[in-house]
Amino acid sequence: MSTITLSHGSGGIQTNQLINDVFFKYFSNDILNQMNDAAHLAIDFKKLAFTTDSFVVNPLFFKGGNIGKLAVCGTVNDLAVSGAKPLYLTCAFIIEEGFAMDDLKIIVKTMAEEAENSGVKIVAGDTKVVEKGNVDGVYINTSGIGVIYEKVNINCANAKLGDVIIVNGTIGDHGMTILCERNNFGFEGDLSSDCASLNTLVGCMLEVYNGIRVIRDATRGGVAAVLNEISDSSNVSIVLEENLLPIKEEVKGAAEMLGFDPLYIANEGKLCAFVPEAQAEQVLLAMRTHPLGRNAAIIGRVTNEMGKKVYLNTIVGGKRLVDRPSGILLPRIC
Amino acid sequence: MKFVDEFRSSDYSKLLVETLQNSSRDKINIMEVCGTHTMAIFRYGIRDVLPGNVTLISGPGCPVCVTPQSYIDNALDLSSREDVIIATFGDMMKVPGRKSSLLKKKAEGSDIRLVYSPMDCLTIAVDNPSKQIVFLAVGFETTAPMTAVTAIEARKNGLSNLFFFTAHKIVPPVMEALVTDKELNLDGFLLPGNVSAIIGTEPYEFLSKDFNIPGVVTGFEPVDILQGLSTLISLISKKDYSIANDYKRIVRTDGNSQAKEYMDKAFNIVDSNWRGIGKVPKSGLEFNRDFEEFDALKHFKISYEEYDGSSGCRCGEILKGKINPTQCPLFKQACTTENPIGSCMVSSEGTCAAYFRYYK
Repeated sequence: MSTITLSHGSGGIQTNQLINDVFFKYFSNDILNQMNDAAHLAIDFKKLAFTTDSFVVNPLFFKGGNIGKLAVCGTVNDLAVSGAKPLYLTCAFIIEEGFAMDDLKIIVKTMAEEAENSGVKIVAGDTKVVEKGNVDGVYINTSGIGVIYEKVNINCANAKLGDVIIVNGTIGDHGMTILCERNNFGFEGDLSSDCASLNTLVGCMLEVYNGIRVIRDATRGGVAAVLNEISDSSNVSIVLEENLLPIKEEVKGAAEMLGFDPLYIANEGKLCAFVPEAQAEQVLLAMRTHPLGRNAAIIGRVTNEMGKKVYLNTIVGGKRLVDRPSGILLPRIC
Repeated sequence: MKFVDEFRSSDYSKLLVETLQNSSRDKINIMEVCGTHTMAIFRYGIRDVLPGNVTLISGPGCPVCVTPQSYIDNALDLSSREDVIIATFGDMMKVPGRKSSLLKKKAEGSDIRLVYSPMDCLTIAVDNPSKQIVFLAVGFETTAPMTAVTAIEARKNGLSNLFFFTAHKIVPPVMEALVTDKELNLDGFLLPGNVSAIIGTEPYEFLSKDFNIPGVVTGFEPVDILQGLSTLISLISKKDYSIANDYKRIVRTDGNSQAKEYMDKAFNIVDSNWRGIGKVPKSGLEFNRDFEEFDALKHFKISYEEYDGSSGCRCGEILKGKINPTQCPLFKQACTTENPIGSCMVSSEGTCAAYFRYYK
C-alpha cells in the first residue's frame, strides 16, 4: 500500500504488516525481535539516566535531516549531556491517515541509521494511526535509557566561579533552517540543520576531563535559554563575549533580516559545557579533533560581577542582559 | 562587502567610540525615533559607550506601540467571525486587547495566520474562496507600499475576498509634534533608516528649516549607529542644522520613487490617532475612493470610536520620550513581556520590551 490507512493502526493484519515491513525491517535487533510487550534489558549500572521527548517538527523533511533523525538525536543527546552512555530507545509513532508509505520508510530508515551511528538500539515501540487532519503528518515520541559514567557528576547546579563556557560549534543553524524552509523564503547559502548525536563527542570530552561540571544541549530557546537555566540553578552570573560567538554567515544574515537573535534560536547538535578554567584548553582541543567539535569555541565565563543573570559584552564595548526567551519567536514588522 | 560583518566590526566600532568620547561636552538630547534603533542601541550596549553628556531618548517609531487598543479589539471581533481569516504580522499576535489577544483567539479556534508580507494574503485568498481574508495593515512607510501593491495585485487577479484593516501611519508628522514639545528639549534626531529608504531625506527638511534641529539618517548595525551619532553630535556642536544621510547604501535622497507612487496611488493622507500621543494631523493612510473596495471597515460596515486603552500604564509618556520605562510603576511588576499591559511592552520593537530584555 502506498499510504497509511486507519487499518494500519487497528492492531490487526495491516498493523502487523506495517510493523514487519517497515519498523522491524529497519530497527531489527536481538531485543526488539523477541516481540515481547516490553523489552527485557540486562544492564550493569550504578546510576541510570532516563528521558523522553516528542517531535512535531514542520516541515518533516529539511536540509540536514528529518523528524526521524531529530527523534533519535534529541533523546540520545539528553542522555549524553547528562553524563550517560545512551543504550536503548523506545519510539512511538502517531501517523496521519493518508501519510505516504515511502515517506514513513525514509523516516524510519534514517532513525535506524542514526541509532546505529549513536550505538543505541530501538527496543520497543508503538504505532497509532489517526484520522486525517488530527496530526500534522507524523508525530514521534522517543524515550531513552543510559548508564551514567562513573566519577562523572554533571548537574545544572554545579557551575562555579571561574568556569569557562564552551560550545561545540555554530549556533542557530537548526532553527533558522526550519524557519526558512517552512516559509519558503528562498534564501541561498549553506543553511542546514545541525541535527546530530552528541554522545561520542561528550564521551571524548569526559575522557579528557571527567570533572566537567555542566553540559546541556541548547535546543528550544537556544543558548540563551540553557544559560539562563544554569545561571538560576547554580546561582551564578554568566558573561558572554559577543565577538567569540560562532555564527554562520547565513544564519547571521537571515536572522538580521527577520529580526531574530541567534542566541535564542534552536539548535539540535550543539551543547554548552561548563569547564574549570584550568582544564578548558585541553577539553577544547579534544573537542576540535571530533567531527562535531571542529568549530568549538569558548564563548564566556562564570563571574561574580553584577546580578545572577546572563550578560553579553557587546562588540562595541557595552554590556547588555541576555534575558530568558519569552513566548514564541515572532519576526518584526519593519 | 558583507554588510552584516563590516558594519559590526569591533575595530571600527572602537574607533567611533573614541571619536564620540572626544566630542562635545555640552548636554545633548538625541531622540532615536525608530523602534529598531531602540532595540539595536540596547542590543549592542551603545548607551554604555556614550559620553555622559549625551542622552538618548526613545521615540514613538514602533507601529504596534502607537496603534490604539480599539483597533486590536475590532480585529479580535473580526477574528471571531466564522467566515473570516485574519492575516497579520507576527508582532500583532501578542498585543493585548481589552479582553483577549490574537494569540489567545487563535488558541480558541479563530483562523488567524501569521504572514511575513501582505502578498502572502493573495495565496490565502485564492486557496480559500469562501472566506473573507482580512489583513491587519499596520506599519509605517516601510510597510505601507506593500499593502498598496497587494491591493493592486488583488485587483489584477480579480480577487474579491481580500480586505485590509488599515492603521498605517507616517513618521514625519509625529516628529513635528515632538519637536514642538517644550518639555522634550530635543537637540537632534537619529532618523529611521528603513522609513527613509522609502521616503528619502526631503520630508525631514522641515526640522532643519523651521526648527533648527538637525537629523541623521542612520542604519541599524552598531557601526551605523555610532557613525550616525558621531555625525549628529558634530552637527549639533557646530550649530549646523542640516539633514545628513549616513545610510547611503540603502537610502537615496529621493527615496524609492516606485514605492512612493504605489502609496500615492492607493492612499489618502488623513488625521490619525497615535496611542499615548493623541491625534496627529495628516499622519495616517487610508485607502482612497479608487481602492475603497479593499477597506475592511467599509466592507464589513464597521464604525467605532477610537480609544487608547492605556489604563494605568505610562506608554504615552514613554512614546514621547518624557520618561523611560523604569519610571512607570507597572514596569516589571504588573507589566512584563509575558503579561504585557501596554503595547510598548508587547511589541518586539517597543521601548518597554527593549528595557525589559536588555536593561541591566
